[in-house]
Amino acid sequence: MREMSTPTLELASAEAIARYEPVIGLEVHVQLATVTKIFCGCPTSFGAPPNTNVCPVCLGLPGALPVLSKDAVELAVKAALALNCQIRSQSRFARKNYFYPDLPKGYQISQYDEPLAEHGWVDIRIDGQTKRLGVTRVHMEDDAGKSIHDGFKDSDLYTYVDLNRCGTPLIEIVSEPDMRSADEAYAYLTELKQMLQFVEVSTCDMEKGHLRCDANVSVRPKGAANFGTKAEVKNVNSFRFVKIALEYEIARQVALIESGGEVAQETRLFNPDTGETVGMRSKEHAHDYRYFPEPDLAPLRISDAWLDQIRATLPELPAQKRQRFVESFGLRDYDAQVVTLTRATADYYETVAAVSGDARAAANWVMGELTGALNAEGKAIEESPVSARQLGELVALIRGGEISNKLAKEIFPKMLASGESAPAIMEREGLKQISDSGALEKIVDDAIAASPKQVEQYKSGKTAVLGYLVGQVMKASRGQANPGSVNELLRKKLC
Amino acid sequence: MEISALTIEGVREGLRRRAFSATELATEALRFAEAENPKTNAYLRFCPERALEAAGRVDEKIARGEDTGPLGGVPVAVKDVIVTKGLRTTCGSKLLANYIPPYDATAVQRLEAAGGVILGKANCDEFAMGSSNENSAFGPVRNPAALDRVPGGSSGGSAAITAQGTAVVALGSDTGGSVRQPASFCGVVGVTPTYGRVSRYGLVAFASSLDHIGPFGRCVRDAATLLGVIAGRDELDATSAEAPVPDYTAQLDGNVRGLRIGLPREYFNGLASETGDLIQAGVETLKKLGCQVKEISLPATDYAIACYYIICTAEASSNLARYDGVRYTFRSASSGALSDMYRNTRGEGFGAECKRRIMLGTYVLSAGYYDAYYLKAQKVRTLIARDFTNAFAEVDAIVTPVSPFPAFKLGEKLDDPLQMYLSDIYTITGDLAGIPCMSVPCGRTAAGLPVGMQILANHFDEARMFRLADAFERSYR
Repeated sequence: MREMSTPTLELASAEAIARYEPVIGLEVHVQLATVTKIFCGCPTSFGAPPNTNVCPVCLGLPGALPVLSKDAVELAVKAALALNCQIRSQSRFARKNYFYPDLPKGYQISQYDEPLAEHGWVDIRIDGQTKRLGVTRVHMEDDAGKSIHDGFKDSDLYTYVDLNRCGTPLIEIVSEPDMRSADEAYAYLTELKQMLQFVEVSTCDMEKGHLRCDANVSVRPKGAANFGTKAEVKNVNSFRFVKIALEYEIARQVALIESGGEVAQETRLFNPDTGETVGMRSKEHAHDYRYFPEPDLAPLRISDAWLDQIRATLPELPAQKRQRFVESFGLRDYDAQVVTLTRATADYYETVAAVSGDARAAANWVMGELTGALNAEGKAIEESPVSARQLGELVALIRGGEISNKLAKEIFPKMLASGESAPAIMEREGLKQISDSGALEKIVDDAIAASPKQVEQYKSGKTAVLGYLVGQVMKASRGQANPGSVNELLRKKLC
Repeated sequence: MEISALTIEGVREGLRRRAFSATELATEALRFAEAENPKTNAYLRFCPERALEAAGRVDEKIARGEDTGPLGGVPVAVKDVIVTKGLRTTCGSKLLANYIPPYDATAVQRLEAAGGVILGKANCDEFAMGSSNENSAFGPVRNPAALDRVPGGSSGGSAAITAQGTAVVALGSDTGGSVRQPASFCGVVGVTPTYGRVSRYGLVAFASSLDHIGPFGRCVRDAATLLGVIAGRDELDATSAEAPVPDYTAQLDGNVRGLRIGLPREYFNGLASETGDLIQAGVETLKKLGCQVKEISLPATDYAIACYYIICTAEASSNLARYDGVRYTFRSASSGALSDMYRNTRGEGFGAECKRRIMLGTYVLSAGYYDAYYLKAQKVRTLIARDFTNAFAEVDAIVTPVSPFPAFKLGEKLDDPLQMYLSDIYTITGDLAGIPCMSVPCGRTAAGLPVGMQILANHFDEARMFRLADAFERSYR
């Protein structure tokens, strides 16, 4: 790994960087969650044997023609609406021409000067403030296949091509150059991902390449009016890498300018192993994609009626949900944020809140016990062995005073393990709260008899010692006593 | 049976009277075609198994007393730019010399479903680029009317087969005149339907916004019947039209009295040739049939050639990108680096005309030139289409020559691409406007060379175009 040990460019110091303002725009490719491809009926499923999810259309065989999928259009429009874009009543597909072995048509069908949607925005929270970032455009396109350069016995001689991914529907979301730090870019991506998952436009599974990101970045002295020369950083395929790549690139560009050099307009490749970016091609060698309108497809017309139909399928968006949870459920900002991180979490939480009748306790249980348990097992909330309804029942039992919080925490792991409901476990294990006053009275009397010293103290005015006595009773009852009743009973007996 | 003069009606009659079975007809047609083919090189290959299978199905239907379909038992040739499942489809190119498609074009599917019997694949200019059929990687086609002359192009094989009688009808494709011009040169009927009338699914793309599949026949009725079979909406082609398909043969009654015919002066200026005289005589015939003939103007005509060669080359440069050495079996032996594979495969694989058009098309789409060439050409295209819209407000059909000259000698224009391009001068406007147009035989020159008359009609008005052509044809019988 010679590249790794070769001394690389001296990066700028923090002080130098502080004198500059980065300007960042992101191009994000998102795979739409359609069952079939964008221009044919082949499945989009991941992991099929190479070159099996293919047909004449997605293979680009001579004579085959694309037919636009209505599902793909509807998901793309949904995404654009969620990003507050204006949907064009007419948009047009265009061919983006370039040669590559995994691009069997020799062109990608994309959109160029008449994209699906424009003029949107995304709000991010950064340093406790809300910042609005512009979305320039959202357009549709088909994905290429995959070139596989490694992993075969003869990989030194051959590149293998898998065309299963060809024709997978994508949207490209282009932001305005509105971000001013790597953190803002990170926040934008997080918000974008959450939004797209929420409206169920994409799974945004980065490991499967469902969300890919290119970053345009330049720096300028603070206060300067004009943008500096930008570099485009490609191949940044996790949010963490976006941050690392941007921070590297900012430091590199500042160092260049500080040392009297100039930033070259070029495409740079991020190397996840080194955390650095490497020049790939300069402006002079930039591709000329020779865009022209795709003659095989008519312009895409979206009527007001169709648009309204799609809009009606939009769920409540994360920001709206958060606001509602704070305003009507009395959640704290932070809690509302956490339980709306994904659509599944939000849906789960709302069910727990509704079934239990205690929205705040529901939030605590979802964020605490449930999340902890799921994390420990590496499971997503959709795979939770305890359904939202079951957790709601458990919280309802606490709320109704039938079990203590402590007892509930003993029951919960049993629910996780067996999938049984809380009432069923209580019933079977006899964990039902001791409500028989005779039985409770006996335990209380025993506790008083066993703690003469504490009783003395209590009677001499040190009422705080009551907690100890309650504890003793709870312990003796194996947590099944109602702490409220115990309190009451002890007070009565000790006065 | 006089196989070389059979019509669709003749086949139906013969089958009905049990003069021959479909299998006998296919066998005899194949034998005759294989014997005659060396004269013209019009067929690139035959598919006897497929033909006999199709004929067998027709015979089974007859035995069961079922309808055999509008093309029941009819021998058909298919231009080699139209894909056939399991049957090599080369597009006249070295690059696809061994390519076997895994699917049938919609037109092929429909014609076989209608009982048609495909005998083989017809020679053509490479990727349908040419006006003489000399650009085929598998040798030129000779004109059956004069074997030292070209049959026209690019559907030269389909036209020659129809003229030679080695099939009853044939499918060709037309982007700038590739059906009408060879039909004219070979003395048969050739039809370019309205854009969107026939599905392009399975037609290997040359210039997608201009490509049409079109039928050839020895008479108007046969061409109309074949179009009726292949026309109509296809879910697999987003540009195919919903419009219902009328019965094109139902209206071939010979009555064209009162039909208004326009003669665009731009097409007749300086046409002082035998071709011009024959067309003028044809116009006189139309008058005798009761048509009202008037001069009209299509002022944007002068820009048509330039406009056409920008749009078609631009689209071709993109459509032909896929022949890159990765697939379709042809790859240059010098394919070390990826860029070498691309350059050498395409350099060795494509013929001169394809390369010329790919380069032209790449140039006109390049950054900095797009607006000046491609965008402007699209605007001119709109003007040309508008000319026709205006004209069809006044007339029912337009009549012009198909080509300024009859079939020329092999090799005569091969080194002069511009001269070659000019042979499309009367046919490209119909493609640019997307209107239906056709060539119908209009006599022969003193040397015996066929000349065709072009009829153009309004969008989806094929029925009226056929009625006029049929009436005209009857006056010659």
